[in-house]
Amino acid sequence: MAKTTTAHGHELDRAGLSDDQLVAMLRNMLLQRQLDNRGFQLNRQGKIPFALGSEGHEAVQAGAAMAFARGRDVLVPYYRDLGLALGVGMTPFEILSSLFARDTDRNGGRQFPNHYTNKDLGVASISSIIAGHCTHAVGIAAAFKYRRESGRAVISPTGEGATSQGEWHESVNYAAVHELPVVFLVENNEWAISTPQSMQMKVANVADKAAGYGIPGVVCDGFSPIATYRAMHEALERARSGGGPSIVEAKCYRYLSHSTDDDDRTYRSRDDIEAHRKLDPVPRFEAVLIDAGVLDAAAAKALRQDVLRETNEATDAAEAQAYPTPQSLYTNVVAGDYRPWQEFDS
Amino acid sequence: MMTATAQQTGATVMTNVEAVRSTLHDALVRDDRVLIMGEDVGARGNVFLITKGFLEEFGAERIIDTPLAEASIVGVAIGMAMEGLRPIAEIQFADFIYPAFNQIVGEAAKTRYRSNGDYTCPMVIRTPYGGGVRGALSHSVSIEALFYHVPGLTILAPSTPADIKGLLNAAIECPDPVLFLEHKKTYRSVKGEVPSGYYTIPIGKADVKKTGTQVTVVSYGYNLHQALDAANRLEAEGISVEVIDLRSIRPMDKTTILASVRKTRKLLIIHEDNKFGGIGAEISAMVAEEALFDLDAPIRRLCGPDVPAMGYALTLEEEFMTSTEQMVDAMRDLARF
Repeated sequence: MAKTTTAHGHELDRAGLSDDQLVAMLRNMLLQRQLDNRGFQLNRQGKIPFALGSEGHEAVQAGAAMAFARGRDVLVPYYRDLGLALGVGMTPFEILSSLFARDTDRNGGRQFPNHYTNKDLGVASISSIIAGHCTHAVGIAAAFKYRRESGRAVISPTGEGATSQGEWHESVNYAAVHELPVVFLVENNEWAISTPQSMQMKVANVADKAAGYGIPGVVCDGFSPIATYRAMHEALERARSGGGPSIVEAKCYRYLSHSTDDDDRTYRSRDDIEAHRKLDPVPRFEAVLIDAGVLDAAAAKALRQDVLRETNEATDAAEAQAYPTPQSLYTNVVAGDYRPWQEFDS
Repeated sequence: MMTATAQQTGATVMTNVEAVRSTLHDALVRDDRVLIMGEDVGARGNVFLITKGFLEEFGAERIIDTPLAEASIVGVAIGMAMEGLRPIAEIQFADFIYPAFNQIVGEAAKTRYRSNGDYTCPMVIRTPYGGGVRGALSHSVSIEALFYHVPGLTILAPSTPADIKGLLNAAIECPDPVLFLEHKKTYRSVKGEVPSGYYTIPIGKADVKKTGTQVTVVSYGYNLHQALDAANRLEAEGISVEVIDLRSIRPMDKTTILASVRKTRKLLIIHEDNKFGGIGAEISAMVAEEALFDLDAPIRRLCGPDVPAMGYALTLEEEFMTSTEQMVDAMRDLARF
């Protein structure tokens, strides 16, 4: 494994990632943070009705996305996967089109923000119903196996709260029984809106549940993109080569309220947040890369400025787009022109 | 009428259950994207023996015994459909479909809509429904009204072997999710000729199973066959009843119903599902909106009673099920109105 000696004499365990890949992960994290802030800002400015943040999940998603094989793998995301969406190729303009609900949104302005779809990139459409889409991830993996498309795998992320759902259990169990190429990534941020992990499960780690399905389960440091990359890369490679499913639990934290409609002061102490702020993965990873000589402070600053510029441009471009037409409400219910009452030439 | 999309080289007499089996078999032969998945569909060959021998012929990759969990039977099939396969998911009894309600209503029916056409969900969910077979509370329900409110879903309930073949083929071809309902009591009690060769019947098209002039009856399922018996009996009394087999519950055929009602000026709707909020309510509303002044009598509905389900005891089951005699009486009353 390639290692870089840091300025302080520490070795950076880079999990085989090149400098470009490390910087790409940092850029993804900076972009996530910027776009998250932008969503909340636009909401507070009254320009969009709703936004969700993944602040605190940046490292998990940058690392997991780096392990995703573009053009082969499929991502069935959940609603807090901005960084995964970006990391597999979606653009800030697509994200902002969704936030602004403009007709350039691939969903046609139908879905809540963060409910992405992009079939060309392998990003599956989801609903907001927690864990229902995990069964779809399993079905997609089943199709890969049925067609003998080895080298392909599915990432099925959720939060830890989703693992209380029957459909999550059914998904993991089905994938295990049929040895399907899917990785259940659990982004454990400790909170499901206001409900802490201790009210969701009796075990300390979601990964402990893997034993009940007879599959591997690992815990990784979700504040480190390299650690998450390593765990996801290993799990995906196993899945792609016929080794079956596994659970990767990335321990992270949710710094923001659940959404712009939530107020976490009603259920969570400021001390809890501050304690976790010390672990903030974005400045930490930037410092790690500078420390390791992967990029210097000036390059890091330029990267931040570039991400801000890209976010600003995408914001302006998306805001300038038209809303979907009222008539578009009636399209794509089913194929063709759909009417519940059929009329025929008699 | 059936639409022949391939050569028809004769016909075979078979029961409804044989028609389901033979159509599934031909679909598996025809298209390797077609898979069958559900509880006990493999070694057991399905609890009604519909898939008996399929495991040996097509292998475990295509005839998939799933874990005993209905939400994932449907949900995994959705994922397969999103990825380009044509899964046929089986819910062993319609009564067991409730755990999959979210997957059908919240996911399958909305896949195309929520992604604005980026993803689609071409899949069939087959399930046996209906009573009169001593199925008690949880092996006899009708579920169509619970699902027919949902845009994006297609619901089919054919009642004869030829219709089963044509509509099951149409369901498998359909680029959107189809809930395919098979009435258990007709599985072995109803026989008929089935044309050879591949054909489909248009989704959303009803079929006039008996022509008549004085009363229009709209029905489907086991009740449809009772209604035909009742109408035939009334011929001896000189009462002429037209019987429409709905076949497709969502979408429904406005043209055929209105043409018949405008001719007979009397409408009787018969279904086994309970009356309140049932399919008959929607048909009644449509006819009232479109043809109120063509009617010579109030619309009448003969349906299951508003109780949770039919009981196991024969007395309770018989009380729930509409008898052919009750249908004769209702048709006669309406003809004389």
